[in-house]
Amino acid sequence: MGDGDRILIVVPAYNEAQNIGTVIRSVREVVPAADILVVDDGSPDATAAVARQAGARVISLPFNLGYGVALQTGFKYALERGYDYVVQMDADGQHEPISVLDLIAEVRQGTADVILGSRFLGSSTFKPHFARRLGISLFRAIVSGVVGQSITDPTSGYQALNRRVLRLYATEAYPVDYPDADVLIMVHFAGFRIKEIPVVMYPGAAHRKSMHSGLRPLYYVFKMFLSILVTLMRQRRYEVGGKSQWK
Amino acid sequence: MEMKPRFVALAISVVLMVLIVELVRRRKLREEYSWLWLSLSLAMFILALWPGFLRFVTGLIGAVLSTSTLFFFALLFLMLINIQFSVEISSLRTQVKNLAQQLATTREGAERSSVAAEGPDDVDWGQGGSGDRLRGLG
Repeated sequence: MGDGDRILIVVPAYNEAQNIGTVIRSVREVVPAADILVVDDGSPDATAAVARQAGARVISLPFNLGYGVALQTGFKYALERGYDYVVQMDADGQHEPISVLDLIAEVRQGTADVILGSRFLGSSTFKPHFARRLGISLFRAIVSGVVGQSITDPTSGYQALNRRVLRLYATEAYPVDYPDADVLIMVHFAGFRIKEIPVVMYPGAAHRKSMHSGLRPLYYVFKMFLSILVTLMRQRRYEVGGKSQWK
Repeated sequence: MEMKPRFVALAISVVLMVLIVELVRRRKLREEYSWLWLSLSLAMFILALWPGFLRFVTGLIGAVLSTSTLFFFALLFLMLINIQFSVEISSLRTQVKNLAQQLATTREGAERSSVAAEGPDDVDWGQGGSGDRLRGLG
């Protein structure tokens, strides 16, 4: 990555003092030229301190605002500080750091604006439990249908994007309340190209833990349907005069 | 309506009106939120003063008892004001989110530049050493 592109790895973290150090050290080993930004979402534990010690930049939100807000904070930071590309990854060690290289290589080629890391393409052996698999295939069908291309892992939080997409993500259009499959649809309507590549993910700790306990999954499905519906209704807002206003 | 409930309704609407104006005067309630409450007390006042109108409205919505009409509109009003509050809360949450993001990002920038001011030669952003110092400042 010696040719001047500035790359930021955004890692939203809540109570990840146990895993964050290892994650950051492995990412730094894989991409020493990239900056790593941990957005500490008001964790009561030592997440921020551990992340700094491991060599990451740390933004500490004053209180817990949720995964989407933490992520968007990273996007705004990247936009403000002039980064060219952003990779978003989880802090719990579920995302294999080696895959960062593939994501970055792909987004820098410029054939797509959002590179989605899919755990279902290629050799990955990720096996989520039944309910989650059902949810994923449901949203897979919806997103693939709307976007008009096959998307195997619409709920993946392992992605790379370029600066033009950052500009969209930094606005209120970005659904900070569980950004997920609906973001892909919004990105599509804004005129961006999406591409999926295989990445390695480990089952380990449940992805975005808080989303998978109690009634949360139900709310999640409801929210995603509503969000997709209004995104479809807003379609026109993203394409001004037949052309996307974001490009 | 009989005289007694009419009198009670009149009294309540007057008290409500005075309360709202007083809250606005003491700056406990912003003008923009007072108009819904004031129109409620005004509507109550008119209905209590003019039972013919209440009977007319009752016939209009197909209710049998005029008390049903009152309850119906009271519920409708409460619903509307709650929706207004939800809208307000949503926009407040967005504002709080943006403030928190800006504060956190600015703080990171300030910590970074104050470390840089201490001794630029000494700074190695990638290493644990500067991390320790950053932590001290936090």
